[in-house]
Amino acid sequence: MKVKYFAWVRERIGKEEETIEPPADVRTVGDLIDWLARRDESYAHAFETPRVIRAAIDHAHVRSDAMISGAREIAFFPPMTGG
Amino acid sequence: MTTSVTIRIQQADFDIAREIAALTQHRNDIGAVVSFSGICRDTEGGASIAALTLEHYPGMAEAEITRHAETAMSRWPLNGLTVIHRVGRIMPGENIVLVLTASAHRQAAFEAAEFLMDYLKTNAPFWKREESAKGTSWIEARDHDDAAAARWTKS
Repeated sequence: MKVKYFAWVRERIGKEEETIEPPADVRTVGDLIDWLARRDESYAHAFETPRVIRAAIDHAHVRSDAMISGAREIAFFPPMTGG
Repeated sequence: MTTSVTIRIQQADFDIAREIAALTQHRNDIGAVVSFSGICRDTEGGASIAALTLEHYPGMAEAEITRHAETAMSRWPLNGLTVIHRVGRIMPGENIVLVLTASAHRQAAFEAAEFLMDYLKTNAPFWKREESAKGTSWIEARDHDDAAAARWTKS
């Protein structure tokens, strides 16, 4: 699946998007955040406060308990500040 | 009654008068147009800023605005609406966002415009980064914006 990062999540990780293949026991958005955060220091920094991280699956907002199976694109970003 | 909907995300500035004219042309059933424009200030939290840079999530930003436009049209009798959100680098005094709502009567147009702006601020995937003498930093979301959006959720 494709993963996209925006704003300071993108800056801390150092990339806009990537393709990942998480193991089968990574079932929810929250699991995926935990799995990504263990990759290296920059991911750990980006996801150090999971409660402020917002997520979207296929362009729709989801909560951390949403299942990721079947997702084409998952995005992680901080709370939105447009308008 | 047909509802004309315009949703655009663009780097270029917009002309408010031209957008209102486009929304109302060739029809005589509109009795009220409400216009909200969000403008880049030169201060943020008491500190002066030189510019804002707006980042967005292409695809989702359009989808999210469209979803809220559809909600607005189902809740209020609107003849048309326009949402334009700029991205990229924006200087103090420049436009950031435009919401236009058109209806037969003013109350629906006022309420729908406020609803759309409240949801745009909290749910549309845009992020502001400010440039100041101290460097650049991401603007933090405000709790009162969440509270403003939440009041439209009827129990």
